[in-house]
Amino acid sequence: MTPPASQNGPGAETPAPGKRIPPSAFLAKPSRRHRGLWALLGVIAFLAVWEAVPRLGLVRPVLLPPPSAIPQAFVAEVRSGQWTDAIVHSLVHYFWGLLIGSVTGIAAGVLTGMSRRLEDFTSWVVRLLRPIPGLAWVPFAIIWFGVTPTAATFIIVLGVFWINYFAALGAVQAVDRDLLELADAFGHRSALAKLVKIVLPAASGTILAGLRTGLGQAWMSVVAAELFGVPGLGQRMMQASSLLATDIVIVYMATMALFYGLVDMGFVAVRDRLMRWKA
Amino acid sequence: MIEIRDLSLAFPNPASPDGRTVVLRDFNLSVAPGEFIAIVGASGVGKSTLLRVVAGLVPPNSGTMVHAQSGDLRGRRPYGLVFQDARLLPWRTVRANVAFGLEGLGLSRAERRRRAEEALALVGLADKAGRWPHQLSGGQRQRVAIARALAVDPDLLMMDEPFGALDAITRQSLQDELLDLWRRTSKTILFVTHDIDEAVYLADRVILLAGSPATVRSEDRIATPRPRARDDSAARALVTRIRDRLSDLMDGGGI
Repeated sequence: MTPPASQNGPGAETPAPGKRIPPSAFLAKPSRRHRGLWALLGVIAFLAVWEAVPRLGLVRPVLLPPPSAIPQAFVAEVRSGQWTDAIVHSLVHYFWGLLIGSVTGIAAGVLTGMSRRLEDFTSWVVRLLRPIPGLAWVPFAIIWFGVTPTAATFIIVLGVFWINYFAALGAVQAVDRDLLELADAFGHRSALAKLVKIVLPAASGTILAGLRTGLGQAWMSVVAAELFGVPGLGQRMMQASSLLATDIVIVYMATMALFYGLVDMGFVAVRDRLMRWKA
Repeated sequence: MIEIRDLSLAFPNPASPDGRTVVLRDFNLSVAPGEFIAIVGASGVGKSTLLRVVAGLVPPNSGTMVHAQSGDLRGRRPYGLVFQDARLLPWRTVRANVAFGLEGLGLSRAERRRRAEEALALVGLADKAGRWPHQLSGGQRQRVAIARALAVDPDLLMMDEPFGALDAITRQSLQDELLDLWRRTSKTILFVTHDIDEAVYLADRVILLAGSPATVRSEDRIATPRPRARDDSAARALVTRIRDRLSDLMDGGGI
């Protein structure tokens, strides 16, 4: 499948029959197969450089274990049962943190977006609380909940909440006034009817984009939240690094990347199904 | 079927001495059932606002409006509105867009679906029921908007420059389709446009709104039976007369 080289290219003129306009270096659209190939080549090049650096003695393997050492470390970690333990704990934190943070964030954002008074009322509270990073709440998380899964979940909730709050707020405020007039004209005059029939569907694209950002943010928060001793992969990574078991650290980094990739892929599939009305 | 008496409409305007701008003054209109009325005027004269007042979307400042309902309103709505942009909901299929006004009327899902498909058949789009709005052409989208307004089986169909955004060829064919629909459904139509030709071609009565605040400047009854010829000489003469009146008003500072 090779589209004409000039397709959608900037300033593209109609090419003379049989002649190809040389694609511009930027924004030229390569075919889908070529793009997959380049993506694969990029990964191979990355792994090759990584493998070469410790093997050529540029860096000691204990500081940077080569990728070829990782599968072995992974198998050992799984056999010891620690991998499964850590993952199950982390996934529980991830799930609850993501669920509570997303639901409350979207609900608060939608409500605030629908009421100018509520927006004014909360504006300074939001401005003061928003810049405080989730990690800064760790002392309070420990004081309030102890070194428990609840504390870890709390940290994750905070990280996910704001992303969804601002996405939903902006999306609701951007809803086309004409569509609200349409709802009025066809008898849907209550706030609830407008919310269900117009506001939520119209805002869904941006809300889903916020949710997706939250999926990534939540993994970052999982590690941060577990660094202070709640069982999970963050805690296991800290243990491993203090023993200079850098290969184990990388096992967990790769594990997280894999889980994020799976969750994100699943999310995109669901989103595309929900948003199939988009042109 | 509708009696509008001494309707006035003003918007708050802090810059003016009395704190408001009067858009429309002393508007009177009496519409008989089944009548096709066109309101013409330059853009910004308050035609669209007038429709919104009649539809109850904007409250009037003074005046009365009596709407004699024809029979039972169960499962129906008194008005159907068509906007200049089709204003379809992109996340709904064509069928669900047409059913939009039927929701909340206590109809069963099957009943809503049947009514929506009937209305779609009226505008000749029965086969597009499952499509998304973005898959339709501009003319098809506007026909879906008309179907949506007809689906609620209104006494009064109000149209706000519904063909203004379409190309000339599509516009003409939709005008003819609208006349056909009007004949078949015997709805009362209030049609706002800035296109005098369109008004004279379609309507039984053409009302010219002009000035600031806008008032009714003329009213012409068109007795020519339908189907009308687009190059009918009496119609051409009337179009010229209305256009001259409008330009006289503009020259005379009436606008």
